Amino acid sequence: MLAFLIQRVFQAIFVMLVVALIAFSLFHYVGDPVLNMVGQEATEADRAELRARLGLDQPIPIQFFQFIANAAQFEFGISYRSARPVTDLIVERLPATLELAIISAIFAVVMGIVLGIYTALNRGNWLSNFIMTASLIGVSLPTFLIGVLLIYVFAVELGWLPAFGRGETVRLGDWWTTGLLTTSGLRSLILPAITLGLFQLTLIMRLVRAEMLEVLRADYIKFARARGLSKRVVNLRHALKNTLIPVITIIGLQLGTIIAFAIITETVFQWPGVGALFITAVRFVDIPVMAAYLIMIALVFVVINLIVDLLYYAVDPRLRVQGGAK
Amino acid sequence: MTFNKTLLATAVIGAMLASTAHAETLRWTRSADSLTMDPHSQNEGPTHSVNHQIFDTLLYQDMDVEYQPGLATDWYVHEDDPSVWVFEIREGVTFHEGQALTADDVVFSLNRARHEHADMRGLLTSIVEVRAADDFTVEVVTDGPNPLLPNNLTNLFIMSREWAEEHGVEEPQNYAAGEETHAVRNANGTGPFRVESREPDVRTVFVRNDDYWGIDHYPMEISELIFTPIESASTRVAALLSGEVDLLQETPVQDIERLAQADGIKNEQGAENRTIFLGMRMDLEVLDSADVDSNPFADRRVREAINLAVDATTIQRSVMRGNSEPAGMIAPPFVNGYSEEMDEVLPADAERAQELMNEAGYGDGFRVTLNCSNDRYVNDEQICQAVVSMLARIGITVDLIAQTRSLHFAEMAREEYDFYLLGWGVPTMDSEYVFNYLYHTKEEDRGSWNFTGYSDERVDELTVAMGQEVDEEARNEMIAEAWQIVHDEIIYIPIHHQMLTWSMRDDIDFQVQSENTPHFKYLRFNN
Repeated sequence: MLAFLIQRVFQAIFVMLVVALIAFSLFHYVGDPVLNMVGQEATEADRAELRARLGLDQPIPIQFFQFIANAAQFEFGISYRSARPVTDLIVERLPATLELAIISAIFAVVMGIVLGIYTALNRGNWLSNFIMTASLIGVSLPTFLIGVLLIYVFAVELGWLPAFGRGETVRLGDWWTTGLLTTSGLRSLILPAITLGLFQLTLIMRLVRAEMLEVLRADYIKFARARGLSKRVVNLRHALKNTLIPVITIIGLQLGTIIAFAIITETVFQWPGVGALFITAVRFVDIPVMAAYLIMIALVFVVINLIVDLLYYAVDPRLRVQGGAK
Repeated sequence: MTFNKTLLATAVIGAMLASTAHAETLRWTRSADSLTMDPHSQNEGPTHSVNHQIFDTLLYQDMDVEYQPGLATDWYVHEDDPSVWVFEIREGVTFHEGQALTADDVVFSLNRARHEHADMRGLLTSIVEVRAADDFTVEVVTDGPNPLLPNNLTNLFIMSREWAEEHGVEEPQNYAAGEETHAVRNANGTGPFRVESREPDVRTVFVRNDDYWGIDHYPMEISELIFTPIESASTRVAALLSGEVDLLQETPVQDIERLAQADGIKNEQGAENRTIFLGMRMDLEVLDSADVDSNPFADRRVREAINLAVDATTIQRSVMRGNSEPAGMIAPPFVNGYSEEMDEVLPADAERAQELMNEAGYGDGFRVTLNCSNDRYVNDEQICQAVVSMLARIGITVDLIAQTRSLHFAEMAREEYDFYLLGWGVPTMDSEYVFNYLYHTKEEDRGSWNFTGYSDERVDELTVAMGQEVDEEARNEMIAEAWQIVHDEIIYIPIHHQMLTWSMRDDIDFQVQSENTPHFKYLRFNN
């Protein structure tokens, strides 16, 4: 067990280093931050001086080494754009992203499972067909377009829900702000949560439906029916339970994706989360913020994968026998 | 009893009426937030826009971009020394936190803005010394007569020395220091609004400063101003249409028509202080990106042919949907030295252009790369695409590279471009600024945006002289002469002056300001 754990942790560190290297090399292709930081009256000498103060005139290997040394201590310096510590910026923005991600994940899971079961059990009726067709649209439309459409219908035409922002927030503890406790906060959450969760919803729904159809053909379901168990018990107890095993794995992995892909939804809805922070940083070439964000997302994925690996290890006895996973 | 009740009711209603007349909230949006509350560390538009609500400057440009007294009631050149400007400081002004304004605060602020960490110092390079002659008189000594000094002070905000010392922010933010200073998120100005709360990039709430020195001079009808930046253009427009914001600065061109037709919403338009043009590298022997063994741009006939082939009127109609003013010179009409004659746009003439190409020996055309930004100016990439097809008609094959501004300007600054798009504003409202940055030979501290390689002794001479000549008539003659030279030589291909559109609730009485800096103390509600 310990050997397995250590091996996995080393793999995780290696992945993080590779991400850091890729992130770092990308920064040299997004442009020159110095030009964004000074006005048009600044002379070449002014720019060179600022570049030197930021350490951007150092040789690239030295810059990379410093970057890794600082990143290892979660020290990302101050934002070029807003002159504030990057760690503060991310901590301030994280609650918004996490709330949005969790709510849209719940929305996707609950609706996905319910619709998946419904369409599996009622194959061929018009509502199922409609849901299946609509889900195709959900998969094929890009997120930003869904967002814009929802804004157009529910904010501009109907005027029911806000078009942007997070509404009023309440401060809980030292750094967590929540929009879940105010009416405006909840109303603001609806459209972005749907936009962000729609793709996952269709994915889960189709997965549940396929698994369910598979399970319903299994012998033990037929026997259960033959025993005279009620349809409800057969479908929801015996069939659904077995359907959910692969679904849970997918859901775990998709949570990381939801956090990472919140970028587009956050930009469309001006949602004050880390994704919007990242986009603004890219436009400005705010290297410290971009670096911190990429490292953070990589960390989220690495940690989720590590947990999944460990869960497999716990669940699957074969891994234990071989004394390692390959 | 009844009498008392009535009296009370009347009093309550009276109070309500009085408060509704003066308690108006305005929700304002634009694409970008201010970068910092520190008034001297950034020289950037959205940052200045926010700071103008909180702070005052010695003088400022009002909604018609006319110079108006702010914290200085008068300013003039010292009668004994032409290198000294005298500013008389307004008396009885207090900062939001109660400190009284004196000449010392002005001296402190100007020196703070000259600090090496302050981006604003780029506008103050001619200053040698700033001193207080008495409690309400400030003298600014420059390195020779500088008729334009006051024009450089319109975004130079005055802070309180006492406040700065109390919070350890005597110097502007240093990025290398790695920590945030108190001034990044806190402000103590003398301006018409004070900051009530601020979440950077999310929401800033301002409340009216009822002790403002100008409370009786300006309408000051807004009691609460809420600023929420929205980056996405379509969301910004949706927020106005759904009534979640009242005023939208920087309306996207494609939505102007739609907003004009929407109920309860109107557009206000005006010329922006920015001209879009093409630059050509003319000093190289051979262009890097061209397929000929010479530099076609070095030939004036080729430049004239391009000028004739690029049809600004068509770009105005099809790319800008009418929201631009075709230009003949790189200075909008409100800039000193502007001349209608030179701003006149010649009708496009592809035939004559082809003749000129033949004469210059490029009858078969040539190939060259055009570099453009795609997120800096209004429809910048589309403008370049139009240019590509217009130049194809006279045989010039243009390869277009359109990229984000961070890359575009970085490569431009490294002088990598043969042919490029650039936009230029004139914050000092005087032609000297244009010549200094765009036409003067590229040197240590002049010509820093002249990537054409153009170098003309007479233009250089005139540029330096117009920065020092105090006699207005002589100065204007120099400006006219310099414009004539660069106009005849066709150094740049001007395309258009950008137009600005702000959209708002139709009961708001507010006009567009050409610097794109709203002064909300002027805003009125018609209800």
